[in-house]
Amino acid sequence: MPALTLRQKLEILADAAKYDASCASSGTSRRHALGTGGMGSTEGMGICHSYAPDGRCISLLKILLTNSCILDCAFCINRRSSSVRRARFTVDEVVRLTLGFYARNCIEGLFLSSGIIRSPDYTMEQLVRVARTLREDHDFRGYIHLKTIPDASPELVHEAGRYADRLSINIELPRPESLATLAPEKDAGRIEASMARLHADIAEAKDARRRFRSAPRFAPAGQSTQMIVGADAADDLSILATADGLYRRHGMRRVYYSAYSPIPDSSSRLPPAPPPLVREHRLYQADWMLRFYGFTLSELASAAPAGRLPLDQDPKLAWALANRAAFPVDVNRAPRELLLRVPGLGPKVVARILASRRHRTLRFADLARLLASPARVKPFVTTPDWRPTALLDSVDPLARPRQLALFG
Amino acid sequence: MRRAVLAHPADLDGFRLALRALVAEGVPPAGVLWEVSGEGGLPLADPPAAPPASAPPLAVPRRFAELAEKVVCHSDPARFALLHEAALRLRNSRRLLDDRADPLTDRLLALETSVGRDLHKMRAFVRFREVADPDGPHFIAWFEPEHHILRANCGFFIRRFANMRWTILTPEASAHWDGAALHILPGATRAAAPGDDPLEALWTSYYRAIFNPARLKPAAMAREMPKKYWKNLPEAAAIPSLVAGAAARTSAMLAAGKPADLAGLAAAAATCTRCPLHAAATRTVFGEGPADARLMLVGEQPGDQEDMAGRPFVGPAGQLLDQCLADAGIDRARCYVTNAVKHFRFVATPRRRIHQSPDASHIEACRWWLDQELALVRPALVVMLGASAGRALLGRPVTVGRERGRPLALPDGRTGLLTVHPSYLLRLDSPEAAAAERARFVEDLRAARALAQARAA
Repeated sequence: MPALTLRQKLEILADAAKYDASCASSGTSRRHALGTGGMGSTEGMGICHSYAPDGRCISLLKILLTNSCILDCAFCINRRSSSVRRARFTVDEVVRLTLGFYARNCIEGLFLSSGIIRSPDYTMEQLVRVARTLREDHDFRGYIHLKTIPDASPELVHEAGRYADRLSINIELPRPESLATLAPEKDAGRIEASMARLHADIAEAKDARRRFRSAPRFAPAGQSTQMIVGADAADDLSILATADGLYRRHGMRRVYYSAYSPIPDSSSRLPPAPPPLVREHRLYQADWMLRFYGFTLSELASAAPAGRLPLDQDPKLAWALANRAAFPVDVNRAPRELLLRVPGLGPKVVARILASRRHRTLRFADLARLLASPARVKPFVTTPDWRPTALLDSVDPLARPRQLALFG
Repeated sequence: MRRAVLAHPADLDGFRLALRALVAEGVPPAGVLWEVSGEGGLPLADPPAAPPASAPPLAVPRRFAELAEKVVCHSDPARFALLHEAALRLRNSRRLLDDRADPLTDRLLALETSVGRDLHKMRAFVRFREVADPDGPHFIAWFEPEHHILRANCGFFIRRFANMRWTILTPEASAHWDGAALHILPGATRAAAPGDDPLEALWTSYYRAIFNPARLKPAAMAREMPKKYWKNLPEAAAIPSLVAGAAARTSAMLAAGKPADLAGLAAAAATCTRCPLHAAATRTVFGEGPADARLMLVGEQPGDQEDMAGRPFVGPAGQLLDQCLADAGIDRARCYVTNAVKHFRFVATPRRRIHQSPDASHIEACRWWLDQELALVRPALVVMLGASAGRALLGRPVTVGRERGRPLALPDGRTGLLTVHPSYLLRLDSPEAAAAERARFVEDLRAARALAQARAA
């Protein structure tokens, strides 16, 4: 077989990386290249330099070092028994591509993952070499996200954390039992143990930085993970319970939900059709409710009959409709926690309401100026000049009355 | 009418000095004519009038200074008058800017947001092209911002690309960084920017490869990356073909996962774990018969003997089926024979395994295999033996007595014929009833044969 060109390798190894949802490049330490002789900066907020027609942001050069793998996980396109074309980048090729795209302002940095070749340690070492070359030989100050190989030695993972902004290990599936059937060579217990070690390392480095400014950084953007949704039978509530546990136990910055997407050469152990994409969207909304809106898991249960979030309405609205007794909320008096429960009011708008009501009693027209869609919140709030009456009793207060047809 | 003259459209320092004087002199916003070099038809070279140096500094909240820094970059000609008005009102209500319900605050904050977005989009969508000139590599970009943000954004590009020599050309002005200092130069046209960069082909390859055609959401893309930016993004040229080809790629991807022939299908089914039945059963009992069969016979599930032998319809019911087929003039060797469910479901007693009908969930899980068999064999007629087979193929509960013996349209467009399962004939107690039912069964099979011949012709 003729050797692959750089372009062919890029096509194969980017294609193989696209099932990873994460492309975040925000929340790391601030740094820039001025006066250093190097290139690259991070200023808190990540930048999406492009968007693919699947609606996903392209912020990082997201590739695998190789898509060869010694494991055989049913949901993964790169599994040993799959017939996909294999390719492998050299360390130098990845470094050149990263610097070239970065200099043209196409990317914020690199997200490098890999299939496992030879051994977990060998593979991890290759990943670390890319990061080390970028940082030390080229003084690259952009963002680096390294996928951590489960079962790699703690020393290598530690070295990775010194060069990378973020490390991640995928939990893969919401239930340990599913992992046992679909990815028999992976072990949920060992994955969680690695996450716990990372969490400890990140916390320790942060603590050291607080006391000594010269203390080395360790993955300043924290760790994240990804869960595939719809490849096993886990319902939404148990998925969220797993995510909630990961946030609590391991200080995850993000749990990504990736709707299982049918992959070429898929294994017969998987469902033939993808779950509706909107399910993934609803999970993110519910995840937000847990993290930023002060909802608890048991409260979410009332928005998810039989463990499933409704697909046709967002979970916050579903919760409100299931808990009508909590409404309407007085915009001028209610505390922040209650305002946050109103469908259509997010943390930003609530902050505006709190700031504004120090100056005035908010009338409905004032409120309308603070948010994008006043009609959405109408059934759930009161102002001195507005009281919802019958609206809250209707099945769906947001349903628009339909014009009756004159001719059948 | 008082004139206030600014050196360029986002001249923050000039605005600050002018504002001081205006507030000190008590000029109302309506009494000021803001003249901006380079805006509203005025030439850029117009020298700014020296502001009166005597005006005392204006004490404003820090939030106002932040706001003004962004708002002066906006393209709205009213921006200076709005800031002027806010500065006057801030003297009496210091927290004016916290109150978004105030129409003036709302308008100013909207201007600020719009400039912020433009700044961000410029950081995202500027694309440098590398040219080699005598002093080494030089990176040049062409960009058309919505507001007057070039100067405000240079800091970002300097901090990021400190070790490069770069130039950003815009219609209004250009910025050049030589590695040590920034120079603001006159505006340019697109023609002044380089036409290509070899790395862009690689970048476009990456863009094509990272796109997942199974999740096409072009509206979400266009919301974040509005079309007006596309003409300066090399990868955007690939968007139309990616969107158009997405559906075809997805189905090709799904098809690629399916075995191409019956032998491959049977091999794949041998390791099936789609439903729990695989755990207790001995093996998968897949269908058998020629790939070009005109008749496909679908039963319920393998029984005890089939489970041991690994072939469908070899037990008592299978033998009866063979006889009835022969009576109806059908050669079994030319039929494709299979089951709705491919694993044996039973309750184990100490002495034997007792057959149990499959649940709807088992039928549903196994439907995938049946669909593949149908797609490969493409029979002229599908004979459904019993209610389970009827359910699998019609996708609804069926009553055999009510629908047997006549052609039925299957949901996928094929034609089927429903009749009893031969094991039903074995369960009848009275010999008379058994003989009568057997005759009806053979009658149905004859009808099936005639139908298949008619449809194949």
